[in-house]
Amino acid sequence: MDEKLKNELSKQGIFTTSLQELYNWGRTSSLWPLNFGLACCAIEMIATTMARYDLARFGAEVFRPSPRQADLMIVAGTVTKKMAPQVVRLYNQMPEPKYVISMGACAISGGPFKQGYNVLKGIDRYIPVDIYIPGCPPRPEALIEAFMELQKKIDAQPLTGSNRPRHLNADEPSEFVVPRFGEHDLEPTHNPVLWNPPLVQISQTGSDESGNR
Amino acid sequence: MNLETVKSEIEANVPGCRLELVANPSPSAQHSLLLDAEHAAAVALYLRDAPGMRFDFCSNVTGIDWPGKEVSQKVKVRKLVDGVEEEVEETRTTTIPGNLEVVYHLYSVEKKHGPIILRMRTQDRDAGVHLPSLTPVWRSAELQEREIFDLFGVLFDGHPDLRRLLMWDEFQDHPMRRDYVDPDDFEYEPTAHDEVLQRAQQHLSQAIPMQPSEAEGR
Repeated sequence: MDEKLKNELSKQGIFTTSLQELYNWGRTSSLWPLNFGLACCAIEMIATTMARYDLARFGAEVFRPSPRQADLMIVAGTVTKKMAPQVVRLYNQMPEPKYVISMGACAISGGPFKQGYNVLKGIDRYIPVDIYIPGCPPRPEALIEAFMELQKKIDAQPLTGSNRPRHLNADEPSEFVVPRFGEHDLEPTHNPVLWNPPLVQISQTGSDESGNR
Repeated sequence: MNLETVKSEIEANVPGCRLELVANPSPSAQHSLLLDAEHAAAVALYLRDAPGMRFDFCSNVTGIDWPGKEVSQKVKVRKLVDGVEEEVEETRTTTIPGNLEVVYHLYSVEKKHGPIILRMRTQDRDAGVHLPSLTPVWRSAELQEREIFDLFGVLFDGHPDLRRLLMWDEFQDHPMRRDYVDPDDFEYEPTAHDEVLQRAQQHLSQAIPMQPSEAEGR
C-alpha cells in the first residue's frame, strides 16, 4: 500500500495495515528471552532486565525458564566446550520463530580464552546467530541496542518470497546438529552448514626466508 | 619455621621416609620438601597432627610437567682410525626421563605458621603416573587433585572420586602437559607471525574444507 495514502487515511481516522506488518509487529513487540546465562555477561543481562535499564520497555521482560516457551536466546558468556552441546540442545528445543543474540567477546569468538583448550571459539559454529554484540562484557545499553537491532531485523522480514525467514521456509532446518564429546575435541568441530573456517591469505611481508622478522 | 628442622623432625618421627630438600634459589627462597610416594601419606598425617606442626590447612595443590629431554655432550674417545690410534671427539646423547610433579602448600591456622611446601614426583610420564592422594588428610585437596588428574594425568591412589573436572569424561588428553597438541580449529589472522605463522602454514597445507553433506542431519 502506498505510504502517502496510508498516512492520509490515518489522519482521517482510518487505520490500514498489512498482514505482514501486523505479524511482524506482534513478534517484534513481544520477544520472550530464554532465562539462562553462562558467565559475567549474564550479570549485565540481568542488570538490563532490572529497574535501572528496564528491558520491559521493549517488550522483552518475560524471561522464560524453559526453552519451550522462549523465542530469543541470549548467549551471555563464555561457551565452554563442555557446555556447547547443552546450548545447542536448548536452541533445538526452542519453537520457531527463534532468534539468537551472541553477547560479548566470548560468545562471538572465544574472546580472551580463544587460544584455550576448553573454550568454544564462537557459538556461531553450531547455531545461527542474528545479532552480535561486542564488549567484555557489553554494557546494558549495548544489549538494548542489540534488542532494537533485532526488532528492526524482524520488522523488515517479508513473509513470502525467497528471502523469507527460516521458520516460514519448510526446507530450512530448525534444528542443528548437537556436537558430541570426542576424544580430543567436540565432534564435529563446527557445523559446516552455518560456519566454515575462513581460508585467509597469510601475509609473509616483513619476514625473510628463514621466517625471522 | 625452618625447613631443615621440619625435615629432621619428620625423619625422626616417620620411620623410613626419604625426604629431599629442594632449594629455591630465587629471592623468595621458598624451599620445599620432596617426599617419596610410599611414605607421603604418613608424612602428611604427621604434619597435620603432630603438636608442633599442626598444618591443618592445605591451601593449594598444583601440578608441574617436566618433559624428558636429551642432553648431548662431547666426549673424547681413543679409537683406531686406519690402523692408527687417535683421539676422536664423539657426541653422546643421554635422555633424561621426564616426570610429573605435584606441589602442596600447607599452612597452620592454629599455630599461625607456614607455608610449607611439599612435592611429589611420579616415576615417568606414561605408565608410572601414580601418586598417593592426600585428600584423606586434607579434604581441600579433593577438587585440586581432580584438576591435576584432568590437566596433567596424575593418578591419585586413594582419592575418593577421581574424575575429570574441567574436561568431559570422554576426553583423552591432558591439556596442561607440555607436549599437548590442541585441536586445529583456529581462525588464523592475516598477520600471523612466529609460532602462529608456522601453525597457520601447517593448517593451510592440510586444510580440506568439510563438505555440507558431511554434516549429519544438519
